[in-house]
Amino acid sequence: MTAVVAPVPAPELQLSARKLKAQQRASDAKTKLSSPWASGLAILIAILWTVPTFGLLINSTRSDPAPQQSGFWNFWNGSTSFTLGNYGTAWSGNGGTPLYDFIINSVVITLPAVFIPITLALLAAYAFAWIPFRGKNILFIAVFVMQVVPIQVALLPLLTVYVKVGLTNSFWSIWLSHTIFGLPLAIFLLHNFMKEIPPSLIEAARVDGAGHVKIFLKVLLPLLVPAIASFAIFQFLWVWNDLLVALTFSGENTAPITQGIQGLTTQFGSGGSTILPPAAILAMLVPLAVFLSLQRFFVRGLLAGSVKG
Amino acid sequence: MTEVQDRAPSPVQGRAPRPANKTKETSWGAPLIWGIIGLVIVGGIWLGWSPLKQGSSPILYDNAKNPGWISRMLFQPTTLGQKLLVMVVAIALFLAIMGLILWLIDRPKIPTGVVLAGFLGPVVIFLSIGLLWSGIKTVIQSFQKFDDAGAANGFVGLDNYAKVFTGQNTQVLINSVLWIFLVPLFAVAFGLLYAVLVDRTRFEAVAKSLIFLPTAISMVASGIIWRYVYLAPAPSGKDQIGLANALVHLVGGTPQNWITKAPLGTFALIIVMVWIQTGFAMTVLSAALKAVPDDIIEAARIDGATGPRLFFSVMLPSIRPTVVVVLTTVAIASLKTFDIVNVMGGNLPKNNILANAFYNALVVRQNGLAGAFAVVIFIIVTPVIIFNVRQMKKAEENR
Repeated sequence: MTAVVAPVPAPELQLSARKLKAQQRASDAKTKLSSPWASGLAILIAILWTVPTFGLLINSTRSDPAPQQSGFWNFWNGSTSFTLGNYGTAWSGNGGTPLYDFIINSVVITLPAVFIPITLALLAAYAFAWIPFRGKNILFIAVFVMQVVPIQVALLPLLTVYVKVGLTNSFWSIWLSHTIFGLPLAIFLLHNFMKEIPPSLIEAARVDGAGHVKIFLKVLLPLLVPAIASFAIFQFLWVWNDLLVALTFSGENTAPITQGIQGLTTQFGSGGSTILPPAAILAMLVPLAVFLSLQRFFVRGLLAGSVKG
Repeated sequence: MTEVQDRAPSPVQGRAPRPANKTKETSWGAPLIWGIIGLVIVGGIWLGWSPLKQGSSPILYDNAKNPGWISRMLFQPTTLGQKLLVMVVAIALFLAIMGLILWLIDRPKIPTGVVLAGFLGPVVIFLSIGLLWSGIKTVIQSFQKFDDAGAANGFVGLDNYAKVFTGQNTQVLINSVLWIFLVPLFAVAFGLLYAVLVDRTRFEAVAKSLIFLPTAISMVASGIIWRYVYLAPAPSGKDQIGLANALVHLVGGTPQNWITKAPLGTFALIIVMVWIQTGFAMTVLSAALKAVPDDIIEAARIDGATGPRLFFSVMLPSIRPTVVVVLTTVAIASLKTFDIVNVMGGNLPKNNILANAFYNALVVRQNGLAGAFAVVIFIIVTPVIIFNVRQMKKAEENR
């Protein structure tokens, strides 16, 4: 769980240690669990977990009547043929709100909803970790306890405030809500990372005459980049995949992709349409890209977020 | 906590020279700034508390009164350009405000109270209005009656809670209990099994990614994915189009209407949640398994323990704290899950769980009932999290 690697005294040494361990693991692998039963079971689970998504992917490329008439395991047999046209139809909305509108909204919602809470949480985490003051423990415990509050508890009163201020149906209400709901966990996690920074570093900066702001910006921020990246990905996926906050606060011009897809499901009832599968696949692309390219940070954020928080 | 205080240098040391003088000079600064922060909080609470009056117009943006293009662009952007612009404006505004605050407090003579206000003030405002006050108001609302327009109309004691525990909603409670026990159980069982099976094999990374992938996509998308597994039975004589029914047909069973049938629907939805959460459980448990010291395993092996024996009597006990934490974390996630039931449950009361019942009450403006559901979720979550925190502390002590 030590996500913050200290200023890196000897990178080659660390690397070689890791390599050694990897080699040892690899040699262990030959002696351990090579039984065909174990491999078979693992493959079976992997297939069970992959087939539903695979099915959707196939269905998204089948020409019109197919998804209603035969299962995806028939692929492009008989009356159906392979087509990417469904994606075009879904993208342009087939008469309804085009999918790209929802995706734009998701982007517009997500970037500030990640950037703002993390910045605020970093400042607060710094104060909790490195500025001594009276009542710190009580305040920190209060923030910690707020992680417990399910967002359901806060939605309705917040809505009243937004109505009074005139922020309903705008992006502002969604940004504010995600900021509020993201803060407690962000503060808690970033505080844990901040505490792992060696005090001697901060001491040295202080002797040089740096105040809290300079120490925060020049000493701590550069060291915290991995931790920030981990939490940023966590928050990014949380906001991008959110439905409840969107349904409660968004208007017709600000609905994100999740809400768009949810709207499609009610529109098309329980039957299979050719629009729903490609739309769902398109909705998954961004989180999947983030997941696949930044998996290391994602896992780290998730581990810290759950095991520690 | 105490650790931090020990490490951090004393405030006097941290400041510029002449500490005694300076505290006197600027002693009004900190109370003033914290007073302003307090006023903002009180203002926000007052805004949210005072009843919605007919005809009163919102402070910042009023659709009828603000036809100017700037306010429309900021509050009701419609085109791509406007949306991107308002996003940039929001981030720039935030950066400007925070930059100004940090610039103002970044000078040698500023007392700690003011520095603290800069670092903590925004968070204190957000959390005290957004979570603390909101939570308290929801609790109060759960004891109130609401008219059709959504305005509070007197206290009704425990009536809203009575509704949560009676009638159609008993099914909601039963389903929620099934969710919070079955999802963690199966997610951990599959996650642990898979983690052990693929541990230190050649394809470990890829194999894990496959199972972990559902964690990254939205529950709405997962709902669509599973929709094509649970499609209704085909008319007689035709081929099944849903995967589940095709498999049932293959082994000679009767195809089912998975989502609309009474207990089946809940189990069908639980399977979707297990599918999502297993990757998370597997990842955390796998990390814990790898952290089990090699010498313990080596010692057990020399004593003759192999395979399942080694796992159950050596590995499992050493990762027990992690297992408990994963169980409780997944249980809380299951209790708060709303998307799956909302998207897949067909809005059927027999598939409903607390989080979705809350949303349904919110949509029809039954704020009191919605509040009661939210409070019930809160009451169930709290002891689980306290337990969780204790477990984590224990785990850390053992390390």
